[in-house]
Amino acid sequence: SMNPDLASERQTASFSVEKLTAWLDGGAEHTRIRRAVVEAIESDPVFSRENQYFQTQNERYEAAVRKAVHLQKKMHEMGWTEDGPEFKYIYRALSGDIAFLLHRVFMRSISVLGSDKQIAKWIPLATQYQLIGSYAQTELGHGTYLQGLETTAVFDTTTQEFILNTPKISAMKWWPGDMGRSATHTVVFAQLYVHGKCYGVHPFIVQIRSLQDHSLCPGIIAGDIGPKMNFEHIDNGYLMLQNVRIPRENMLNKFCEVQPDGTYVSQGSQKINYFTMTTVRISLISDEVIIPLMKACTIAIRYSVVRRQSKLKPGEEEAKILDYQTQQEKLLPPLAAAYAFHFINNYLQELFNRGYGEIQRKNFDTLPELHAFSSGFKALVTQYCTSAVDICLRACGGHGYSLLSGLPSLYTKIVASCIYEGENTILLLQTARFLIKCFTAARAGQPVPPSVTYLAAVKPEKCPAKNKLDFLCPETYTKAYQHMAVRLVSSTAAKLQDLIQSGVKKHDVWNQCTVQLVQAAKAHCHYITVKNFVETVEKLETKAGIQKIMKHLCDLFALHGIFSNAGLFLHDGYLSGAQMDMVTASYLDLLAVVRKDAVPLVDAFDFTDKSLNSALGSYDGQVYQRLYEWAQKSPTNKQMSPAYERYLKPLLHNTLSKL
Amino acid sequence: EALVINDPDFQHEDLNFLSRSQRYEQAIRKSSLMVMKLREYGIADPQEIYWFKSFVHRGRPEPLDLHLGMFLPTLLTQATPEQQDRFFMPAWNLEIIGTYAQTEMGHGTHLRGLETTATYDPATQEFILNSPTVTSIKWWPGGLGKTSNHAIVLAQLYTQGQCKGLHAFIVPIRQLGTHEPLPGITVGDIGPKFGYDEMDNGYLKMDNFRIPRENMLMKYAQVEPDGTYVKPLSDKLTYGTMVFIRSLIVGDSARSLSRACTIAIRYSAVRHQSELKPGEPEPQILDYQTQQYKLFPLLATAYAFHFVGAYIKDTYHRISGDINEGDLSELPELHALTAGLKAFTSWTANAGIEECRMACGGHGYSRCSGIPDIYVTFTPSCTYEGENTVMMLQTARFLVKSYTQVSSGQRVTGMVSYLNDLSRQRIQPQHVAARTVTVRINDPVSLVEAYKARAARLVEAAAKNLQAELNHRKSKEDAWNRTSVDLVRASESHCHYVIVKLFTAKLSEISNAAVRAVLTELCLLYALYGISKNTGDFLQAGILTDTQITQVNQRVKELLAIIRPNAVALVDSFDFHDVHLGSVLGRYDGNVYENMFEWAKKSPLNKTEVHESFHKHLKPMQAKL
Repeated sequence: SMNPDLASERQTASFSVEKLTAWLDGGAEHTRIRRAVVEAIESDPVFSRENQYFQTQNERYEAAVRKAVHLQKKMHEMGWTEDGPEFKYIYRALSGDIAFLLHRVFMRSISVLGSDKQIAKWIPLATQYQLIGSYAQTELGHGTYLQGLETTAVFDTTTQEFILNTPKISAMKWWPGDMGRSATHTVVFAQLYVHGKCYGVHPFIVQIRSLQDHSLCPGIIAGDIGPKMNFEHIDNGYLMLQNVRIPRENMLNKFCEVQPDGTYVSQGSQKINYFTMTTVRISLISDEVIIPLMKACTIAIRYSVVRRQSKLKPGEEEAKILDYQTQQEKLLPPLAAAYAFHFINNYLQELFNRGYGEIQRKNFDTLPELHAFSSGFKALVTQYCTSAVDICLRACGGHGYSLLSGLPSLYTKIVASCIYEGENTILLLQTARFLIKCFTAARAGQPVPPSVTYLAAVKPEKCPAKNKLDFLCPETYTKAYQHMAVRLVSSTAAKLQDLIQSGVKKHDVWNQCTVQLVQAAKAHCHYITVKNFVETVEKLETKAGIQKIMKHLCDLFALHGIFSNAGLFLHDGYLSGAQMDMVTASYLDLLAVVRKDAVPLVDAFDFTDKSLNSALGSYDGQVYQRLYEWAQKSPTNKQMSPAYERYLKPLLHNTLSKL
Repeated sequence: EALVINDPDFQHEDLNFLSRSQRYEQAIRKSSLMVMKLREYGIADPQEIYWFKSFVHRGRPEPLDLHLGMFLPTLLTQATPEQQDRFFMPAWNLEIIGTYAQTEMGHGTHLRGLETTATYDPATQEFILNSPTVTSIKWWPGGLGKTSNHAIVLAQLYTQGQCKGLHAFIVPIRQLGTHEPLPGITVGDIGPKFGYDEMDNGYLKMDNFRIPRENMLMKYAQVEPDGTYVKPLSDKLTYGTMVFIRSLIVGDSARSLSRACTIAIRYSAVRHQSELKPGEPEPQILDYQTQQYKLFPLLATAYAFHFVGAYIKDTYHRISGDINEGDLSELPELHALTAGLKAFTSWTANAGIEECRMACGGHGYSRCSGIPDIYVTFTPSCTYEGENTVMMLQTARFLVKSYTQVSSGQRVTGMVSYLNDLSRQRIQPQHVAARTVTVRINDPVSLVEAYKARAARLVEAAAKNLQAELNHRKSKEDAWNRTSVDLVRASESHCHYVIVKLFTAKLSEISNAAVRAVLTELCLLYALYGISKNTGDFLQAGILTDTQITQVNQRVKELLAIIRPNAVALVDSFDFHDVHLGSVLGRYDGNVYENMFEWAKKSPLNKTEVHESFHKHLKPMQAKL
């Protein structure tokens, strides 16, 4: 039965949830396919996640391997293919709880970086799972800074082989997924040496385990790196190479090649080696970052209308905690952000698809912009969503701390995204480097990509808003964001210039400005996110029922950003103190408005109960009953703990009372 | 410390490799041993017991925490002499292991909402305990699930047909001897959590469970045999316990953040990455401005919180003498201040621990870094002993009350005395603007004034908004709710001011010149960083100008470079033993990488060379495809 507190929320929805869902999916047909995939996966007991909170690392890993193997069968049964429309929903339906994700990265890196011949050799083997791949880039002592990698691959002209080595402990490959226990092959990134000369980091396919009995190949030391905050189902591994020889053909050579006599040939941009990373960064934003935030919002908001605490009015029953302004302040901005980032992800996908087409034609012009965007937004979105999930967790009070709420595992998983595929601070600095370059070019009248032409505009002006309603005008706040971004980029550029002119060395100048540069990069991404949200809402005109609530969310996202970064907008007087009070007033008003549709807005994300896997967030709101029943299934309740017989009993009876 | 760390009985496998049941078992094993050894060594001083326990469990929770920390003390303070005779010695000898069952599934911080009932039956002179709804099931108490055989249960007392509010009852829950739950009692573990793996947080459901009248804790309130209820003298007394426990959390915020800083700063000195100067070897990551900007303000915060924790503890001890003599005048302010500082410090430390972890990059995510464990153990303190937002609003209530007193012409004292100045400022509207030039950004005392002005402004703004809402609406509660975001901000700014003030005041007490110099730098960094993160407040109130804000931002960066050479020494001063720190990244000797490799080899997944999953799943699949 439906909890009446949750039912009443749905009766007052100002829009059709089904329509919003379809729009978010990109059309009703997509919704239908997604639901069919989710249904097929969830009705299969092999894919169940019900016990995952009770399982040990070993059990989680085994389950993930079992699921990955079973998925092959399932796809065959259902007639799903990797190019089919269903494919992208499978991962969502599994909530990522599956092995061999790096196997896919292995395949993608071969497809992007390998020659046609290499693709023809390796991809069919990988598709048939005759081998299991991984992707070994990060080392114990080296992460995001690729040039610092220490693994070596020395070309031996006499045998036409590369000799791979881990020269010291900090050079050991560390972290690659699927590598600790599963993988038979991996793409190893190593410094290429030919005739004593170093040519930088290149990718090599290396076999690490026997295809017969899975034992380690000669010269290979590999294993699992031990327990982590999450990803217990993944065997992140270490790998040490001792004089491991691989044939010349195992270097991925679409763009660079070592010829039999040792001649090094490079075609196209060196930067293309990083393209896999750009691809991965963009692809992870939706599945690994935005969806977890949407789930966390769903759980926290549903729970906040079921949970009652204290009284708002004397004599009435205890109030739903979502009726408290402070609770709204915690949960509704993350909800607005989930929508904002969903739309920015669509924007990035488009940008990426266009750029990818160009690169296929060996035109690398869009690469810098693509790289800067994927870096900056990966950093902005992961950082924002991580703190938002943390807020959702803590907004659920004590019960949020139970694993059965689903929130701790959402948090511990999303938080890793701030580090993997490029540490956020470093990524923001890369975006900043691009912005500074574009700013300098734009000010010199040179052409820059359309996304950054705004940097050329120099208009020292003030915000014209006169009352709090003026701040509900998208143009008003978009301009404020634009002004702030231009100010931060230009003042940082000026600071860099000043320091260079005062004789400070170039590298010191950069390091002395990094705190400001990071801020400028964030401001740029924040501005683009707001602008894109506004444009998305404008395009919605035909769907009036949805447009109104989306406009509220857009306003909320934008004004919350101004409210919580007030100093940045007040700094040069673009906004006055009085205007900031108007922003605050409008923002607080919006909380009460969005509050009314909060539950329908999370319902529209359309997560099944199984996919949320949460005692607090289920659709029917039977929170307490579910928590109670689920807790009883905990292994700590099923088995008599040996602790009683061994320690408690002697403690309670004999030994101690004698003391 | 050495006594425990060198004792072979207290050694065990790295907890990160154990399952939850195994961790619980280890904790119970160590607690049992600990109790025996404490008796053996004749350790009875509470402070010594605390240290002993903290080294045995390495600062981690354990199943007897509630027995030692709540059950026994509650018996001492709330039981009658007769009850102490019956329960105290058996509990002291651990024949009775107890816990303290207050929180229910549906009710937390708002105590009056608890639903468990204790109905007095004069015919049998018993209380009948019931959990009337699912939401009334006791949920969360530590040690309740598997360890305890008794619980002090908080329940609504009904006698002679009337509800007399919450009272405490001693309830036996498991059979002495078999440890089986008693008839009418349903008890168990609430399942896995974010952290606290070694603690059996439990649930308790009671169905018409009868206990004798003498099991109600009756030192203050009483129920006579015929059911007549005798009221307690004052209910303010319970404030004292809350102040005490919350002051412990402030200390814990400081300690947990210090541990995380120690790990992150030591590791940042060991880790090398990228290049600062072309052609030179990769620099220590602690040389990057962005890394310093992440870690040094947190280091300064850890020091600030140490001083705040010490201040509250001292103040509590000073005035608890007065309380015993019946003088409760200072209690409301201390209570309000402690609530806010508990929230402020635990929120800041919670976020700070995660920042430290993320500053360690990927390796911070591995459990070998020790920071995940610090985080999951610490983070519930934002919720327990009073949810932080609710705490901030309690402080706000006191601030608004003080503001109202000032408005009506009375003077207020203590930490809120700055509100007295507000009325004068209204007479001279230029006053605030005129003061802007007087803030000296290199002088902590001047910065205290800036924080004071910010707090005054935000308290005033919140109080005025509240008044405006009151003028519009009928209900006081509604107006309060609609102002609560402002009120929380006011409380935060008040707490922030108190912390800067206490840190600054501490500087003059330091006699060693070199120590004073470095702590002055930290104090400046703490104060200036706080301004740079909240520039909006200072700009909007006209406390600082644009130019001054730019100077503040610049000065923060200069201070980072000044503190850099002392950074490792400053965390070494916290003096955490490697065993207590529990971190491969934060080792005193800095031998990080070789020890990470050693640690990983012990992972459960590495027990066999070829994992059984290969034979069970991979091989059959490869054969089939």
